[in-house]
Amino acid sequence: MDPIEAVQHLPNWLRFLTLQDANVRWVLFGSILLGAGSGVLGCFAFLRKQALLGDALAHAALPGVCLSYMLFQSKNPAVLLLGAMLTGWLALRAIQISVANTRIKEDTALALVLSTFFAAGIVLLTRIQQSGAASQAGLDKFLFGQAAGLVQHDVIVLGGLALALVAAVVIAFKEFKVCAFDAGYAQTIGINVKLVDGLLAILIVAAVGIGLAAVGVVLMAAMLVTPAAAARYWTDRLSRMVVLAGLFGALSGALGTFISFLAPRMPTGPWMVSSVTTMFALSLVFAPRRGLLARGLLHWRNRRRTAEENLLTTLYRLGEKGAASVWPIRELADRRGLSLGAARRTLRRLEGQGFVLGTSAGLEAAAGGSVWRMTASGQERAARLIRLHRLWEIYLTERLRLPVDHVHGDAEDVEHILTPELEAELERILDRPRLDPHGRPIPYPEVVSEGP
Amino acid sequence: MSGQDGQRPPAAQAPPSGAPPIEVHNLTVAYGRRPVLWDVDFAAPAGQLIALVGPNGAGKSTLIKAIMGLLPLSAGWVRIFGEPLEKRRRDVAYVPQRESVDWDFPTDALDVVLMGRYGRLPLFGRPGREDRRVALEALDKVGMSAFARRQISQLSGGQQQRVFIARALAQDASIYLMDEPFAGVDAATESAIVQLLRDMKARGKTVLVVHHDLQTVPDYFDWTMLLNLRLVAFGPTMQVFTQERLNETYGGRLNLLTQVTERIQREEARRRTV
Repeated sequence: MDPIEAVQHLPNWLRFLTLQDANVRWVLFGSILLGAGSGVLGCFAFLRKQALLGDALAHAALPGVCLSYMLFQSKNPAVLLLGAMLTGWLALRAIQISVANTRIKEDTALALVLSTFFAAGIVLLTRIQQSGAASQAGLDKFLFGQAAGLVQHDVIVLGGLALALVAAVVIAFKEFKVCAFDAGYAQTIGINVKLVDGLLAILIVAAVGIGLAAVGVVLMAAMLVTPAAAARYWTDRLSRMVVLAGLFGALSGALGTFISFLAPRMPTGPWMVSSVTTMFALSLVFAPRRGLLARGLLHWRNRRRTAEENLLTTLYRLGEKGAASVWPIRELADRRGLSLGAARRTLRRLEGQGFVLGTSAGLEAAAGGSVWRMTASGQERAARLIRLHRLWEIYLTERLRLPVDHVHGDAEDVEHILTPELEAELERILDRPRLDPHGRPIPYPEVVSEGP
Repeated sequence: MSGQDGQRPPAAQAPPSGAPPIEVHNLTVAYGRRPVLWDVDFAAPAGQLIALVGPNGAGKSTLIKAIMGLLPLSAGWVRIFGEPLEKRRRDVAYVPQRESVDWDFPTDALDVVLMGRYGRLPLFGRPGREDRRVALEALDKVGMSAFARRQISQLSGGQQQRVFIARALAQDASIYLMDEPFAGVDAATESAIVQLLRDMKARGKTVLVVHHDLQTVPDYFDWTMLLNLRLVAFGPTMQVFTQERLNETYGGRLNLLTQVTERIQREEARRRTV
C-alpha cells in the first residue's frame, strides 16, 4: 500500500501524530508559532500590569479585519492583519488619550473602547454575511478561531511575523526589562521610554493580529496573559520566564490544534485557551515554592513545629515549678488543650528528634497513659524558646508600653519565629535582663552567664 | 577610569567650568492647572550633602522628579553643570522611592544594580564583564554583596532600599538625587546609608536627599533646603535649620499660597466633572 494511502486509513488522532498530512503539518506549525509569539510578548504586558489591554486590542481588531475584507475583497492574511493592526492601534490611542485628558480611569477606558470597537466589528461582520458573497463565509472564524483553516501561505506569513516578534523581544530585551521594572528610572538613565513603550504596544498589537485566525478575537487575551502568569510560578528570572511562557504558548497551540483535529467542527480558540489554562492551573498547584501545594506543605510543617515547641515549653514551665521531672501525658494534653491522641503524636515526634523520653511504666501506665520527661537537648531548646518569649514580653511592656496582661499571647507567636540575629539584637537593646514582666527568670546559656 | 567603553568620554567628573552641579531657575511645576511648585530658584554647591525637608505634599519628590526631567515644567529651567540635563544625564543618578516599583518582579539584586549600567550601553547592547564588576562593587559598598543572587521580593525593606542606592552608585555619577532613602528602613540600613553618604562626600559627590526625620538633619547634612510649595530657605544647615524657619515651613496656619492652590484645585475638579 502507498504510504499516503495508508495514512488515510489510520484513525484521526494517529493521522495527526504521524504528521504525514501536509496540511496538518502547516496548521500545527502555525499554531505553535502563534502560541510562542503571544506567550513571549504577553510576559511584558503581564509585568506592566496591562493584561486587559490585550483583551481590548483583540476585540478592537475585529472591525479592522472586516473593513479590510470589504475594501479589498480578499481573505489574504496579510491584508486582514493590516486592518486588524490598524484598528487595534486606533483603540490603543483612544484608550491612552481618554486616560490622559479626561477623568476616566484606565479600566473604564478599556471597557468602553473594547465594547465599542467590538460592536462595530459585529455590525460589519453581519453586513458582510448578509451581502451574500460566496467567499465571505470564513470571516466568522475570527470570532473563536479556526486553525484548521490556515493554509501553507497563511502560515508562512503569520509564522514569519511571529518569529520576528520573538526576535524583537530578544534584541530589545534589556530595554523592555528596565522599562517594565521601573519606567521612571529608565528615563533618567537616558532610555527613551516612550519609544520602548510604543514599540511594545506595536508588538502586542501585532501578536494579537497574528493570533486572530487561530484563536479568535474573543479569547486572544488569554493567549497573551495566561502563559506568562503560568511561567511566573516556575522561575524568578525574567529571561527564563519569557522562554517558559513561549513554550507554554507553543504547547497550548499544538494541543488546541490536535484536539480540534479530532473534532473538526470545533473552533480551535477555546481548546488552545483550555490547554493553556490547564497549564496555569497545574503551575498554580504544583510549582515549587510559589505553588499552593508547596505553600500548604510549608504551612503544615510550621504548624507541626509550633505544636512541638509548645509542648517543650509546657514541659519547661512545669519543670520550673519543680515538683517533679516526669509528667503524665494527660496533664500535658490538658495544659495545651490537645486531645490525648494529638499530644501522643507530637510527643512521639519529639522523641524521635531526641528532645523527650517517654515510658509507659508505673502508676500512670496502669491508668492507661504514658509519662514523659525532657532530655538535656530538649531542655536546651525549650530554654531558648522561653528566653525569646520572655525577652519579647519585656520588649512589649518596656518599649511599647503595653500592659503586662496583654503580652503573653503575642510572645507565644513570636517565640517561634525570631531568628538568632533578632535574638541577639533583643538581648542587646534590653541589656540582658534577668526577670520577665511576670517576675520569672530568663534562662541564658551557661557559658555566657558566667560573666561578671 | 580607563574609558574603555569607547567613543563616549567617561562621565562623572565635574567640568572645570565651575558651574554649580544643579542650578534651578524660576521652576514651576503644575499637575493639571494646580501648581505644586512655585518659582523655585537655587544653585546647589558642589560636594555637599543636602537635605530636602518639608511637610507632606510640599513638593519634595516633585522637585527631584522635575530636576530629573520626569515631569513637564510649566516654567523655568534646570541646568546640570551649566548645561541642559540631556547633555549631562550621565552625571546625575536618581534613587526613586522604594514603593515606586513592584518588588515581585522576576529578577535578583545584582540584576537590578546592573540596570545602573544600562545608560552607558549602546541601544540593545548587553552588560559585559566590566559592568558586572562595577555592579558587584556597588552592592559591596552598601553591604549587600552576600545578597547578589537573592530574588528581590525576598529582601527586607532596608535591603531593597540599599539595592536601589547601589543601582545609582553603579552609574558612577557625580550628582545623586535620593527620594526618601531613609523611609521605613531598619537601624542597620540607616547607619550604612549615612556612612555611605559620608564616603560619597569625601569623593566629591553632590547628594540631594529627601529627608523626613528632622532630628537627624543637623547630624547628617551640611546643607538644608526647606520647601513648602515654594523654596522657604536654602543654605548651610547651621544657618537655615532654625525654629523660625521650620515654623515658616511647617506652620499650622494656612498661608496665602496654599489657600490659592486649593482654590485652583477645586476649580479644576469642577471643570473636569462638568
